[in-house]
Amino acid sequence: MIPELGHFALILALVLSAAQAFFGIFGASRNDARWQAVVRPAVAGQFVLLCTAIGALVYAFVSFDFSVLYVASNSNSALPTFYRVAALWGAHEGSLLLWAWILAAWTLSVAIASRNLPASFASRVMGVLGLISFGFLLFTVATSNPFERILPAPADGRDLNPVLQDPALAIHPPMLYFGYVGFAVAFAFACAAMLEGKLDQVWARWTRPWTTIAWAFLSVGIALGSWWAYYELGWGGYWFWDPVENASFMPWLVGTALIHSLAATEKRGVFKSWTLLLAILAFSLSLLGTFLVRSGVLTSVHSFAADPTRGLFILAFLVIVVGGALTLYAWRAPMLKSPAGFEPTAREAFLLYNNILLVAAAALVLVGTLAPLIADATGMAPISVGSPYYDLMFPLPMVPLFVLVAIGIHASWKRGQLGNHRRRIFVGLAIAALIGLTIVYGAYGPAKWLTPFGVVIGIWIIVSSLFDPIDRLRRRLTLSRAIIGMTVAHIGLGVCVLAISTVESYTMERDAAIAPGETLAFGRYAYRFDSIGEIEGPNYDGLRAEVTVLRDGAPVAVLHPERRNYWVQRSTLTEAGIASRWNTDMFVAVREHLGGNRWSVRVQMRPLIDWVWLAAGLMALGGVLAATDRRYRTREAAQESVAAQGSAAAT
Amino acid sequence: MTRFILPAAIFVALAGVLYVGVVHSPNKSTMQSALLGKAVPSFDLPVLGSPGMTLTNTQLAGRPWVLNVWGTWCVACREEHEALLAISKQNALPLVGLNWKDEDDAAIDWLRQLGNPYTVVAVDSDGRTAIDFGVYGAPETFFIDADGRVQYRHVGPMTDEVWQREFLSRIPRGALP
Repeated sequence: MIPELGHFALILALVLSAAQAFFGIFGASRNDARWQAVVRPAVAGQFVLLCTAIGALVYAFVSFDFSVLYVASNSNSALPTFYRVAALWGAHEGSLLLWAWILAAWTLSVAIASRNLPASFASRVMGVLGLISFGFLLFTVATSNPFERILPAPADGRDLNPVLQDPALAIHPPMLYFGYVGFAVAFAFACAAMLEGKLDQVWARWTRPWTTIAWAFLSVGIALGSWWAYYELGWGGYWFWDPVENASFMPWLVGTALIHSLAATEKRGVFKSWTLLLAILAFSLSLLGTFLVRSGVLTSVHSFAADPTRGLFILAFLVIVVGGALTLYAWRAPMLKSPAGFEPTAREAFLLYNNILLVAAAALVLVGTLAPLIADATGMAPISVGSPYYDLMFPLPMVPLFVLVAIGIHASWKRGQLGNHRRRIFVGLAIAALIGLTIVYGAYGPAKWLTPFGVVIGIWIIVSSLFDPIDRLRRRLTLSRAIIGMTVAHIGLGVCVLAISTVESYTMERDAAIAPGETLAFGRYAYRFDSIGEIEGPNYDGLRAEVTVLRDGAPVAVLHPERRNYWVQRSTLTEAGIASRWNTDMFVAVREHLGGNRWSVRVQMRPLIDWVWLAAGLMALGGVLAATDRRYRTREAAQESVAAQGSAAAT
Repeated sequence: MTRFILPAAIFVALAGVLYVGVVHSPNKSTMQSALLGKAVPSFDLPVLGSPGMTLTNTQLAGRPWVLNVWGTWCVACREEHEALLAISKQNALPLVGLNWKDEDDAAIDWLRQLGNPYTVVAVDSDGRTAIDFGVYGAPETFFIDADGRVQYRHVGPMTDEVWQREFLSRIPRGALP
């Protein structure tokens, strides 16, 4: 009964989303206040209904209702409660429901926060969001109903895919979706501006915090996925250029370009049409990501079920939403005038270079991801490009980008006056070179030519981003959250560049066959395989080894790698044993039983790897700080400006 | 002006590529097995419900047969069971079951309750033979010709339509009963 209630709520939400889209868009174009008045209640109602639907599905999971096909396919009576809830987004149908719910949550936030915006503009924004919601709910109801029953009910469920039974991966999809779907808000703001035919600096100010928050969520989501791949897959890598990883990385790259372009539009009124295009692209790539993951056109470790009907549906939706927005863009964008005029070393110019390079990077990833499809469509031999392509191509736009960040941070708006900042640039570079080359050649020893380069650039970015805040503090000026946020995020970027350069160059890795009691020497370190014994978990059994890491003969860490056999899906999973120190990770994964008491193991030392995720955390934190800056936060500020206009009109 | 139309033009091209991708994906979901056209992997497995007996690939040589990979833990296998029962009534081809990573008692119970479409069921409890066949997830169904070569692989639940189109059509004319 409860699942039927959920299904019914889902259908009602679909109906409300249609009302929200229709009255939102046409209420604004007819300038009909009564029509527009329908929109906010529709948004609120939709949110309540989707909460009901999610609640019903969670209830079915928690109460072991295996007569619901989705529950039977993705959980089991031995599955711990936490994962029974997380199983909600363990497969396609529930993921879509979560997607729709998150969109409803974002829309509700917009509905509440947009009370100070012009009524017709807010109405159009919510109308466009309603259209997107309608598409996704229709897709869910028509092709992917999560409440479908299976009769007779199986005695027990098929269990949640064991790779998803992990805390990081359990919260990774919601974070990613909050990011993806958050770009829908920027997209809706862009469409509303095009429908109004008006885009000014105030528009950019409204759009900016939403975009930055979405970007922060996406950063966290990507980092969680990467962290999970590191300790769970047993290969010890952190990025594989897998199509599904790329699907989340492309919107991130374009979203990064968008938040910088919005800054220029807000502060200087430039790049209007370019900002619009980026807002459309960021969300389009989020949709494309959903398409690639869900249609099964590309095979990957993540996507399981290939379903061409679903693929066609999402493609049609993509064509309507993205095609519609781009047509609107071709029609309306030429009417927007940007006040021309900034010098090639002005801050605007650096933001433009940033945008071009980030979009180029996203395009490279897109071409690499779609290469098998492009080959297929043009009749070439089937090809699939892997990390050699990305290792070669991706640094091409990124290395110049990093250098330009370190320099461009100092540029002023309109006139670069880089000459005045020549000292900062060179002092920063000198400090970075000193520290960087000391680290590389002092602590780690010889490396590929790119490594000292990357380490120095990373530190240069960190040092460069500190000049301005320190200068302000010295002059006893207060630091706004916007400036702190920007600084933290740029430090995050520097840390990321530094960490990746180090990890890529100084990782030591060995695969070996080893028996209990034996020791594997590894530079100054040694891994001693002490013992291996049986363990039992709630829904798995397995083996757990104890490995002691010795440094110069003295024990420094004890690692516990596991091999888990999940009972229901009968799959074996590797849980790496990892000890993290501030400067390195000691990693061991037990991979296979070789017979007798010998085991094949992979051991690694990965310097600074945790800094990669720390960097993502810093970027996200910076985004949140900047998005909650006073000028976006205070209702008083908005009311003050309205009051000021009122008094100006009175006088 | 062109620069404003360009994004839409690029998108049209991209949508075309994606369309071709989707339309071709049914072929992909049959998962061009590396085995296609090659000899069936050799196996020697216990027969379900007949202790002491084994089934080998050589016993099946000489006429076309079908291998269906299933398990009682597999929801989609329950879904295809009706179709398999209907197919077995046609007696067109020997339908060999490969009971994959399962418990014998559960498998015997399942066949007793839902009906047994299989000519014979081989027990692959450690999953070794399924690996040799490159099985990706249950259910999967293979067509093996009279010369012992794998000719077709279907991933996902069997349906009457797939059976007519991809399996029956591969039986040499005149060989049908």
